[in-house]
Amino acid sequence: MKDVIIGLEVHVQLNKLNSKLFCGCSTKYHDSEPNTYTCPVCLGLPGALPVLNRAIVEAAIKVALALNCEIAEQTLFYRKNYYYPDLPKGFQISQYDYPIATNGKLVIEGDGERQIRIKRVHMEEDPARLVHKGPIERSKYSLIDYNRSGMPLLEVVTEPDLGSPKEARQFLNKLRNILEYLDVFDGSLEGALRVDANISLAGGARTEVKNISSYKGVEKALSFEIVRQKNLMRRGIKVVQETRHYDEARGVTISLRTKEEEKDYRYFPEPDLVPFKVKDKVAEIRKCLPELPDAKRRRFVKRYNISEHHAKVLTSELGLANFFENVAAKVGANQAATWIADVLKGELNYRDLDISAFSPEHMIQILHMLEEKNITEKGAVQVIRTLLDKGGTPAEIVKQKGLLKVDEDVIAKAVDEAIKENPAAVKDYHAGKNEALHFLVGQVMKKTSGKADPNVVNKLLREKL
Amino acid sequence: MITKKDVEHIGWLARIKLSDEEKEEFTTQLNSILDYFAKLDEIDPNVAPTHHVSGVVNVFRDDAVKESLDQKDVLQNAPKKEEGFFKGPRIV
Ligand SMILES: [Zn+2]
Repeated sequence: MKDVIIGLEVHVQLNKLNSKLFCGCSTKYHDSEPNTYTCPVCLGLPGALPVLNRAIVEAAIKVALALNCEIAEQTLFYRKNYYYPDLPKGFQISQYDYPIATNGKLVIEGDGERQIRIKRVHMEEDPARLVHKGPIERSKYSLIDYNRSGMPLLEVVTEPDLGSPKEARQFLNKLRNILEYLDVFDGSLEGALRVDANISLAGGARTEVKNISSYKGVEKALSFEIVRQKNLMRRGIKVVQETRHYDEARGVTISLRTKEEEKDYRYFPEPDLVPFKVKDKVAEIRKCLPELPDAKRRRFVKRYNISEHHAKVLTSELGLANFFENVAAKVGANQAATWIADVLKGELNYRDLDISAFSPEHMIQILHMLEEKNITEKGAVQVIRTLLDKGGTPAEIVKQKGLLKVDEDVIAKAVDEAIKENPAAVKDYHAGKNEALHFLVGQVMKKTSGKADPNVVNKLLREKL
Repeated sequence: MITKKDVEHIGWLARIKLSDEEKEEFTTQLNSILDYFAKLDEIDPNVAPTHHVSGVVNVFRDDAVKESLDQKDVLQNAPKKEEGFFKGPRIV
């Protein structure tokens, strides 16, 4: 039995669609004034009627198929009743019995491959955004922005198959990756992903942590919760089954004495929406599914003959995978894989940038210069850093920074000089002192302003000594 | 059988404050409604559930954007507002 048992309910906004779930308001409300993307439907005004967006059902089926789910013959919407300012109608239109998909699985790669079962996938409307001044438990009132109200959400519910906060993070990364490959989700937008996590330790009660809204937050919130529950158990205090709120700013979970239980939501079929029979669309949608991360990874290894590790890194984001294929079409695939997965990805991560910040054309130019031995590897790294920090073109940067590699005869001349000027070091070298060689290499590098290829300098020095 | 405690809980779910008299009154009323609904127990349960009476399925709209309302119009009936937001009580 596992020590830690975690199940996730992941809410993802299908923010790549044009309009909301049940009305024609735009989904592109991010960074806008509050309450400027609303209408009678998403404001819950009396008499307004919801009409389902066809594209959302198609997107939901795409996601469900990518998660290896069974698609329902008939799917229904339900009213989940609870009275809260973020729900203008007093209920959320969600799914309950007859969700669009059930019984899927997703394979994550951590320490070996692990299969995580997906219990269900369902569609629902996003509540409004509540803003609190200061910590939630101390603020006097809520400010409400209905721009988010009615945004299409998919809720992906896992079985309690995750064994650690790290696995939870890996699951989310994989899910995000798939959603972006399917072009239904932009994970970089605020509020695009929210997670509720169920967590229990062996022999203890289960707590539900709500309001986790970032990838890093999931790992942090769960780690906090494990330590909290362990401490209670160590002191002989029973862990109670409860709902807790994750406070991202402080990195802690707080007890939320909610009195609502499942039966209090009084789910019943939404009378304003008819049933949906969509099974006959499935074959067509399955045919149009793009290549997914696992398939792409296998193809990269086979077609480009690159390492499994590089293929995994390169397919971890669709943008990165496309970037690689663009570059690999023009230069050696192995060199492209190394420079993109190891060097460029590291420089991007360090700056919190994604691959769109770098042009594949520039990468091709840099790798050509390397292939033709016009610049050193160190020089190439410098070009990449300069492009990210200041912009420009590789050719300009090489010229400005004087990165063009020095010709071998210029190095030979510097080597001769260094030998002539440092007889003591030469003597030491012949006496078997290796540091003397390092010293002489350093002298040659100084003479060539660091632009000589150290391998060539070493080779020439050994020859001439 | 609905008790006074159930009525208090239902009142809380709807965020409605009930007086003692109202609690008594609604307990009686809700019980008589439930008694009436008990008639449904006489129905043959081996019938497929009717989720929707019209028999219509698959009513969709295309994924097209329509113009939203003006912020001023949206907030015009709000008793409390602040900086373009609706203002409401903190529930949690
Ligand atoms: Zn709307």
